[in-house]
Amino acid sequence: MSGDGFTRRLVALTRKETRQMLRDRSNLVVGLLLPLVLILLFGYGLSFDVKHARIAVVLEDSSPATLNAVAGLIGSQYLDPTWLHSMPQAEAMIRAGEADAILRVPNEFTHDLAAGNGRLQLILNGVDSTTAQTIEGYATGAIANALEHLADRQDIRFQSGASVGIVQRIWFNEAATSTWFLVPGLIVLVTTLIGAFLTSLLIAREWERGTLEALFVTPVRPMELTLAKLVPYMVIGTIDLAMCLLAAKFLFHVPMRGSLSVIVVASLLYLLVSLAMGLWISGITRSQFAASQVALLVSFLPAIMLSGFVFDLRNVPAVIRWVSQLLPATHFMSLIKTLFMAGNYWPAIVQSCAILAAYAAVLIWATQRTLAKRLD
Amino acid sequence: MPSPIAYLSQILSLIRKETLAILKDPASRTLLFAPALIQSLLFGYGATYDLTHVPYAVLDQSRSEASDDLLARLDGTGVFERVATLDHSGQIAGQIDSEAALLVIVFPDDFAPRLAAGGQAPLQVILDGRNSSTAGAAAAQVSAVVAAFNAKLGNPAPLTIVSRAWFNPNYESRWNLMPALIATLSMLQTLLLAALSVAREREQGTFDQLLVTPLTPSQILIGKALPSIMIGLVQSTIIFLIIRFWFQIPMNGSVWLMYLGLISFTTAAVGIGLSISAVALTMQQAMLYTFLIMMPMMLLSGLLTPVRNMPEILQIATYVNPLRFGIDLVRRVYLEGAVLADIAHDFIPLLAMAAVTLPLAGWLFRHRLN
Repeated sequence: MSGDGFTRRLVALTRKETRQMLRDRSNLVVGLLLPLVLILLFGYGLSFDVKHARIAVVLEDSSPATLNAVAGLIGSQYLDPTWLHSMPQAEAMIRAGEADAILRVPNEFTHDLAAGNGRLQLILNGVDSTTAQTIEGYATGAIANALEHLADRQDIRFQSGASVGIVQRIWFNEAATSTWFLVPGLIVLVTTLIGAFLTSLLIAREWERGTLEALFVTPVRPMELTLAKLVPYMVIGTIDLAMCLLAAKFLFHVPMRGSLSVIVVASLLYLLVSLAMGLWISGITRSQFAASQVALLVSFLPAIMLSGFVFDLRNVPAVIRWVSQLLPATHFMSLIKTLFMAGNYWPAIVQSCAILAAYAAVLIWATQRTLAKRLD
Repeated sequence: MPSPIAYLSQILSLIRKETLAILKDPASRTLLFAPALIQSLLFGYGATYDLTHVPYAVLDQSRSEASDDLLARLDGTGVFERVATLDHSGQIAGQIDSEAALLVIVFPDDFAPRLAAGGQAPLQVILDGRNSSTAGAAAAQVSAVVAAFNAKLGNPAPLTIVSRAWFNPNYESRWNLMPALIATLSMLQTLLLAALSVAREREQGTFDQLLVTPLTPSQILIGKALPSIMIGLVQSTIIFLIIRFWFQIPMNGSVWLMYLGLISFTTAAVGIGLSISAVALTMQQAMLYTFLIMMPMMLLSGLLTPVRNMPEILQIATYVNPLRFGIDLVRRVYLEGAVLADIAHDFIPLLAMAAVTLPLAGWLFRHRLN
């Protein structure tokens, strides 16, 4: 067998796989339309940035001093106050899901504030704990600001003596916009999905239909078959990748601080890992039903929940962090966020790319093993 | 028209056959029940926004008693862990870039003199913004420590805001996420199960045989839908038990009401799955179409980010998403102790979806023959 025969068979098989892929429109719909839908949903739909949180302000005391103290809540784009006079009314609003928080100004507030120990009560719906904490921060900040203005005007000394003031700087994402970290994560998700969904049935289908056994009597070798199945989907994946990168740059204006070539190389490497993972699942399960369930379970959900995409891996117990390190998605996620937002940081690039390359090699090898010419 | 008893017994035998087809294979038995268990444990520990561990580096140009005191307070929280003590500002970038430290605290050299003079001493905090949620949470924790430090310096604030969070007093994000998983995890697999059920028979050619039996489309529909709904509910139950007894998240509402909600929700999801199944010609198509709608359903459900943060037009789109209502229902019953009157509006879209998709699937069984 010459190397020439290898090329010839690979080209012929690739042509067959490409035709098969193009013939079923559902492949193209998922391969090209789903990424587009995800890009738009991620860019515009997902946001951790709380705006217009509904806060019910209960004014049991409505003196001018009180109104000045809560004036800071008005005109903020983050808070949307409703003015009430009774507590039960406000509690009903929380229960009905019409308000996220209650700010209660007790009736002796003016008197207490003059005496230097004014107290406001803030009640939050804690079910969505992240939103609740954000609202707490906004409300506290707005009131503190209003009080400072009050102090300036009325010459009241609120802040006396020594204190530490925090000067805060957030590197890489000065405005803490969540889109900036969600969009790079999108590239990971789209690539993971393409692999999991498009390739995970390929081999299983051939086993179920018996066409694989027909191939056994031909000179085709397992490695040729594996590579031929990867090539057409690499092309689709590359188109998706280009869409993601263009959208990140021109639609969402996420900074791309690392070099484009490194981003592209790393992404293609992960695409290969992801497609090979799908094929391997397909080869090992040999059943379309099992392959689709496994693909859903091992690729898609962990890539969202355990890769550090939205949930920071610093917060999880050691065992879970260990599990997450087994996922190729975790390594690519951390790398792509760094490349987009921080820049070319070579130790991380080399380490992650080496891990991804190792995964690709092992998965392709394992896949062709499942295609060994053996009948059971 | 067969008698009601014959009608029911025909359905029962179809249900039996469908259930056997799904469960006879040990591999698919494992696939349908083990993941619910493993995922709820993994995600229960892994899916958290709560910052429990903040590695930080410090550049103390002041080297004073005050800076030591403040650092001791940070270390005393149990959350902050000092990973490096820096000598000059050139080292800051390395700490952040390599993700060794999430934040760097810089005490300027005039920190102590300014405090001693009774003024405001600036404390510089540099955060890694690659994950903006984490950065925000860490900043809030630093602020809390500094506020406590200031209070000790003898500056009681003229105004205190006393905060209290209802339904989740310690702001644990797990409490928010886990009940949502009762609906989400079971839906993903059930949707796929229903979507593959008819497609598999079509691919293998047995669906035509089913169509020529005396069974009516409505009987086939019920026979196909019920096993998937049951499996979905069993999965939900596994997740629910783990949340309630392993993670010990207290339940405030009625278990019956939650199950009533889950039944409506799962029925709507299975209706969608069967409609896909009736349209698809092969399992490959059924799977791809399922995934095509599954991702948007998850993203537009309020599982990860609140629906209210979305733009208007997408909020409207969530009205055809059963998961949005399923999650809302379970969360509100489980955590807020909502009663039927509070959440009746969640049932309407779910029942409407079931009422549209199930008959549609039944109609498609016969009218999609080519």
